[in-house]
Amino acid sequence: MSTQSAYNYKVVRQFTIMTVIWGIVGMLVGVIIAAQLVWPSLNFDIPWLTYSRLRPLHTNAVIFAFGGSALFATSYYVVQRTCQTRLFGGGLAAFTFWGWQLIIVLAAITLPLGYTSGKEYAELEWPIDILIAVVWVAYAVVFFGTIVMRKTPHIYVANWFYGAFILTVAVLHIVNSAALPVGMLKSYSAYPGTMDAMVQWWYGHNAVGFFLTAGFLGIMYYFVPKQAGRPVYSYRLSVVHFWALISVYMWAGPHHLQYTALPDWAQSLGMIFSLILLAPSWGGMINGIMTLSGAWHKLRTDPILKFLIVSLSFYGMSTFEGPMMSIKTVNALSHYTDWTIGHVHGGALGWVAMVTIGAVYALLPKLFGRDEMHSVKLIDTHFWIATIGVVLYIASMWIAGVMQGLMWRAVNDDGTLTYSFVESLEEMYPYLTVRLLGGLLFFIGMLLMAYNVWKTIAAGKAVDDTVPASA
Amino acid sequence: MSGFWHWYVVLLTLLNIFGCFWLVRWATRRRSGEAAEGDVTGHSWDGLQEYNNPLPRWWLYLFYLTIVFSLIYIVLYPTLGNWQGIYGWSSTGQYEQEMERAEAKYGPIFAELAQKDVAALAQDDEATQIGQRLFLNYCSTCHGSDAGGATGFPNLADKHWLYGGSPEAIKTSIMNGRRGIMPPWGASLGDQGVEETAAYVMSLSGREVDSAKASAGKKHYQMMCVACHGANGTGNQALGAPDLTDSNWLYGGSPGAIKTSIRDGRNGVMPAHKEFLGEDKVHVLAAYVYSLSN
Repeated sequence: MSTQSAYNYKVVRQFTIMTVIWGIVGMLVGVIIAAQLVWPSLNFDIPWLTYSRLRPLHTNAVIFAFGGSALFATSYYVVQRTCQTRLFGGGLAAFTFWGWQLIIVLAAITLPLGYTSGKEYAELEWPIDILIAVVWVAYAVVFFGTIVMRKTPHIYVANWFYGAFILTVAVLHIVNSAALPVGMLKSYSAYPGTMDAMVQWWYGHNAVGFFLTAGFLGIMYYFVPKQAGRPVYSYRLSVVHFWALISVYMWAGPHHLQYTALPDWAQSLGMIFSLILLAPSWGGMINGIMTLSGAWHKLRTDPILKFLIVSLSFYGMSTFEGPMMSIKTVNALSHYTDWTIGHVHGGALGWVAMVTIGAVYALLPKLFGRDEMHSVKLIDTHFWIATIGVVLYIASMWIAGVMQGLMWRAVNDDGTLTYSFVESLEEMYPYLTVRLLGGLLFFIGMLLMAYNVWKTIAAGKAVDDTVPASA
Repeated sequence: MSGFWHWYVVLLTLLNIFGCFWLVRWATRRRSGEAAEGDVTGHSWDGLQEYNNPLPRWWLYLFYLTIVFSLIYIVLYPTLGNWQGIYGWSSTGQYEQEMERAEAKYGPIFAELAQKDVAALAQDDEATQIGQRLFLNYCSTCHGSDAGGATGFPNLADKHWLYGGSPEAIKTSIMNGRRGIMPPWGASLGDQGVEETAAYVMSLSGREVDSAKASAGKKHYQMMCVACHGANGTGNQALGAPDLTDSNWLYGGSPGAIKTSIRDGRNGVMPAHKEFLGEDKVHVLAAYVYSLSN
C-alpha cells in the first residue's frame, strides 16, 4: 500500500458544502431581483441594490458559484473513483478551491459596485478574469493529471464530459475575455462591434453548452446509474451524442443574434446547427432515463432518483425548446421577451439545479460516513417544492413572453402599433408575481436542503475512502 | 468575404454535418469482438457498467431528419460564406419588402391626412388619435405618455416652447430634430462667478436672492449670457435658448441645478424623424402635439 491509499475527499467536501451555500446566496439574489420587477421601489434608491447591478450578481452566483462548485465537487469525486486513484497534484486541488472562492467573493464585491466589462455571463473585470484563467488551468492539471494516473484501462463516459467542459471553458473564457485594460477595474474588449457580439455569444452559448450542459451531463453519467444501481443504457449512444454534442454546440452561438447586424450566413448557420443539436442533446436524456428501465419502481421510494430523473425531463424539454427558439420565424416572436427567461430557467432550475441537488444528496452521506441523509422525507418535500417552483416559474414566463411578443407586433388599421411598450409592461404584473412565487418556492427548497445537510454533517464524521487495489 | 474565409466556412460546415452523419453510421455498425446487443460491454468503473444497446430507432431518424433539413436549408438560404442561396433571400431584402408593403397599405392614409394643415388636423379626433398612437411609440420614452416631459425633456402639453409652438415650428422640430447647447462657463467664471450668475438668473423670475451677489452676477450675465438669453432673460426661440424669467425649468430650477447648468453647460438632443417616419406621419404627429396645448 502506498501513502496515497485514500481518496482526496477533503476538497470534495469543501466544494459540496459551498455548492449549497452559494446556491442559497445566488437564488436569494434572484428572488430579490424578481421582487424588484414587481415592486421597483425595492431597490430603495441605493445604487448597489439596483436591478442592473444585482442581476449579473445573480447570474454569476448561480452559474459560477453554485454550478461551478457543484462541477468541481462532483468532477473531483467522480474522476478519482472511476480512475481508481487519488486526485493528482497534491495541494493544487486545494488551490483551486480557495482560488475559486476568492473569485466568487471578488465578484460579489465588484459587481454591486458597478465594475463590469458589460459582457453577459462574463462581466468580471480583467484582473479577476486572469485569476479565473489561472485557477482553471490548475483545475485542468488536477483533472487530466488524475486521468493520466488512472488504474482503470478505459476512461469512464462521465469523464469525457467533464474533460470537454474543462478544456472548452478554458478556451472560451480566454478568447472572450481578451481586452485592453485602461485601469485596474476598467477595460475595453479586444474585438470591434459585430465581431465582439459574435465572440460574446460564441462564448455565451457555449457557456450554456459546456458549463451547464456537458459538465452536468458528467454528473448525470455518474450519479444516475449509481443511484439506480443499473448499467448505463447504451455505450454507443454515449459515444455518438458526446462527439456530436461537443462539435455542433460550437456553432450555435449566432442564434442569439438573429435579425441583427450579424451577416445572414452566420445567422442561418447558427439556426441549422441549433436544430442538428436536438438529437445529440436528447441522447443524454435518453441514456439517463433509459438507464432506469428495470428499476422504475425505485422512483417511488427514492427522492434522490426523482430529482435526477425529473432534471433529465427538464433537460429534454429545454433542449427541445432551444432549437425551436433558434428558428428565425419563432425567434422573431420570442427574442427579447420573457420567454427567453423562462427557457433559461427551465434549464437552470429544472436541469442544472435539480441534477446538482440530487447529486449532492447522494454524495454528502458518503463524504461524512453516513448511510443516507439525515431526513429522506425532507428530500421528498424539497423535491415537490422545487418542482412546483420550476413549473410556476417557466409557465408564467412562457405566457408572459408570448404575450409580449404578440403585443409588440400588433398593428392597427392605420399601421401604427397597437400597444406602447409600457402597456405591454403593465400586462406583465400577474406573471412577474407568479414568477416571483415560483422562484421563492425553489429558494425555500434550498433552505430545507441546507438544514438537512447541516444535520447530516453534524451527526457524521469526515471520512476518506481508501483507494481499492487495482484489478 | 475573401476566397480563403469563404472556403474555410464551407469546408468546416460541411465537414461537421457530414461528420455527424458518419458518426451515426459508424455507431450503428457492429464490430467483431464487441459484446452482444443488450449485454454489458465488459468494462467497470467504480461498479458502473454500460450496456451495448443499439441507438434508439426514432432517435436515429430524428437525427437524420435534422441533417437532411439542414442540407436543404443550406441550398436555399445564405449559409456557406458567400453563398447566397437559390431563394436569393436576405434579411435586408425582407425588411425592405415588408416596409414597401406597409407603405403601400398605410401610406395613402397618412398622405390624405397630410393634405389638411396642422391646425385643422388638430381639431380632427380621428387624426389626433392616430397621432397619439404614434406619440406613445416614438416620443413617450423621453416626453412621457402624457407629454408632460421630464428633467431635460420639454413638457409639450403646456404653453412654454423652446423653439416655438406654431404648427410649423413643431413640425420642424420633429422633422429635423434640435440641438440645444448651453456652453459650460465654470472655467471662465470660477466658483464665485457661477454663484453670482445663478443669483442673478434666479432674480429674473422674481425669486429672493442676495442682492450683492445678484448685481455682481448681472455683470457676468451681460457678458456671457445675453447673446442667447437676451437682455431681459426672455430667451430666444430661434436658438432654443430658454426663457429665464418664468418658473419653467428644463433642467431643474433649484439653486444647485441652475449652478450646474451654468458651470457644466447642457446638451439637449431631439433626434430628427424625417428619414425614419416620413413627412406625412410627422405632419400627423405635429397635429397631435399642437392639439395638446391648443
